[in-house]
Amino acid sequence: MNSIEVNNLTKTFGKFTAVDNISFNVKKGEIFGFLGANGAGKTTTIRMLCGILTPTSGDAMVGGYSIMKESSKVKTRIGYMSQRFSLYNDLTVEENINFFSGVYNLPEDKLKERKKWVLSIANLEGKEKLLTGSLPGGIKQRLALGTAVIHQPEIVFLDEPTSGVDPISRRNFWELINYLSNEGVTVLVTTHYLEEAEFCNNIIMIDQGKIIAEGNSKELKSAHIKNKMYKLESNNPVEVMEQLKKADFVDEVSIFGNNLHLSVNEKLKEKNQITSFINQQVDYKVNSIDEITPTLEDVFIHLLEKGKKKVV
Amino acid sequence: MFKRTIAIVKKEVRQLRRDVRLLAVIFFFPVMLLIMFGYAVNFDVKNIKVAIYDQDKSELSRDFINSLNSSEYFNIIGFINNYGDVNKYLDQKVALCVVVIPQDFSKKINSNQETSIQYLIDGVDANTGSIVQNYMFAATGQFNQKVNSKILAKNGLKEFTPLSIETQFWFNPDLKTTRFLIPGLIAMILIITAVITVALSFVREKEKGTMEQLNVSSLKTIELIIGKTFPFVVIALMNAGLILLAGYIFFGVVVKGSYLLLLFTTLIFLTASTSLGIFISVVSDSQQVAFTAATFVSLLPSLILSGFVFPIDSMPWIIQLITNITPAKFFINILRAIILRGVGISAFWDQIIYLLIFIAIFVVLASVIGKRKAESV
Ligand SMILES: Nc1ncnc2c1ncn2[C@@H]1O[C@H](COP(=O)(O)OP(=O)(O)OP(=O)(O)O)[C@@H](O)[C@H]1O
Ligand SMILES: [Mg+2]
Repeated sequence: MNSIEVNNLTKTFGKFTAVDNISFNVKKGEIFGFLGANGAGKTTTIRMLCGILTPTSGDAMVGGYSIMKESSKVKTRIGYMSQRFSLYNDLTVEENINFFSGVYNLPEDKLKERKKWVLSIANLEGKEKLLTGSLPGGIKQRLALGTAVIHQPEIVFLDEPTSGVDPISRRNFWELINYLSNEGVTVLVTTHYLEEAEFCNNIIMIDQGKIIAEGNSKELKSAHIKNKMYKLESNNPVEVMEQLKKADFVDEVSIFGNNLHLSVNEKLKEKNQITSFINQQVDYKVNSIDEITPTLEDVFIHLLEKGKKKVV
Repeated sequence: MFKRTIAIVKKEVRQLRRDVRLLAVIFFFPVMLLIMFGYAVNFDVKNIKVAIYDQDKSELSRDFINSLNSSEYFNIIGFINNYGDVNKYLDQKVALCVVVIPQDFSKKINSNQETSIQYLIDGVDANTGSIVQNYMFAATGQFNQKVNSKILAKNGLKEFTPLSIETQFWFNPDLKTTRFLIPGLIAMILIITAVITVALSFVREKEKGTMEQLNVSSLKTIELIIGKTFPFVVIALMNAGLILLAGYIFFGVVVKGSYLLLLFTTLIFLTASTSLGIFISVVSDSQQVAFTAATFVSLLPSLILSGFVFPIDSMPWIIQLITNITPAKFFINILRAIILRGVGISAFWDQIIYLLIFIAIFVVLASVIGKRKAESV
């Protein structure tokens, strides 16, 4: 059963097309990842699905209601955590919880139960009187998620919930997302941390408003990366990359911090060929070369490169 | 539905308690205006310190002195017996004015001859000086009339005044500044606090991004507006009450008309101010812009164009037309009618209609522009 069905959704701002005729389905209870670089159109799509932005054309069914015709019904089915921090910094933790449960019209006993729940998932038991603005980023995001689902919606939209949060808090946050999903809540989450997408049941990647790939992470990797991948560590990755681009056994090279990821074709017979090629050209040291399984990041970069080549 | 509105009211009050800037607006503006107003009241010179150099010491001269003393404008602080003291009194600011009555004062009057009284006025503060002068003219004129009619009566004739002096102050037409300014003051304080607080409170949600969170809830626009404006309307009403109380305690201004009518019309005026505040919040994107726009739009017209200080009747017709952009103009007319004249709704129903038209215009403007903006944001 689908929680969300998107059909040919398009949004233009003047002449600029932010979301370009996209269609996808999200199954009930799954974690659905929405990946894309800055400005790809993730937020614009979510705002349309939440019923706060009218699509230019196309439609979507969210929780069984059309966002074009029944946006007010859609709103009763969903929770939304916007990209910007959406709680009141000048209210205390408890005041924020009380406020949002008031806005969602929770009865008194329900409020008590949900307040306890929100406080526990945010690790804020006994800290109800703290000003929300004074909390650390990771805790703030957990509190924001808690209040976004205080009315127990069947679908929740999370727009870059982990941006600007430290890695450990990010991991904890994803545990929370998992927990919600296990409870049967459909979660649509955007991120540009591609490694986070590994936690999603299904993923779509969008670029310039268009879907460039979809599937689960395994499918994406096997569908788009046929070659072997190597990770190479060097003291001058930039220079080494420039050289490797000339090698006939290399299809793509991309840089990840101090490392290079290279995708090689059948012309590469053994690993040593790489080292000897580099040593012929330049005098930089190669510390290690290991075969790796491709990450989603590799897939994404591969797809973007392919897109660029098409344009050129 | 009611519960959601109450949740917003509570939240708004909690935020207000921690918002120093907004609190300052709410309390600073009224206090500042009251001080300005207090200064204005100083123009309404009372108890002018007067010293008298009575060289005549006759029944007639005492009569004149008594007429000065019995008016609330003059306060006779002493009698002088030589010219040397005149300078001393004025230089040391013991008196603002010295009245010199010549030796032959009563003799000349009794023999139907003209005489003159000398007023020596401290002119350092030119403004006050000229006001004192005017009061003195008025007092002399009154005395003249009194003496005239006595003499005429003695000769069996009736009084006839071909020309009488009428002093007009542009800011104070009936010499009762206080009474006249109170309605304007109430209107001005209400519109400033209401427009600024409402505009800021909406724009803050927009700027911080919390508005988006409210938009995805099933909160209705009307619930949001009522919830967010209710606390500020209550505060504005309290402010109005305090000014009335101050007007009563310090200046003896009492409400002649109906309090119920006063409350009813004030609520209409606050609705107008609120719609102006919401309009500003719709067109501005930051608190900074909203604050500046709200201050400008609420303060200037209600000070200059509302008839608060400058009578509208004496403005050029084109400016008279422009005065209609501020709802304060209509409200001041209503307040003067209720507070000063004590008349009923039949005397000012047209002003209420104007206010309602103002509200309609701004509600429509705000929702049209707001819709258009929502589509492009
Ligand atoms: N109100 C608007 N008017 C004009 N252009 C807009 C508007 N809102 C968004 N855009 C443009 O649409 C494109 C998509 O924006 P969107 O916010 O959906 O991207 P995003 O994928 O969420 O990016 P990010 O990762 O930065 O949040 C961007 O180029 C943005 O500049
Ligand atoms: Mg975004």
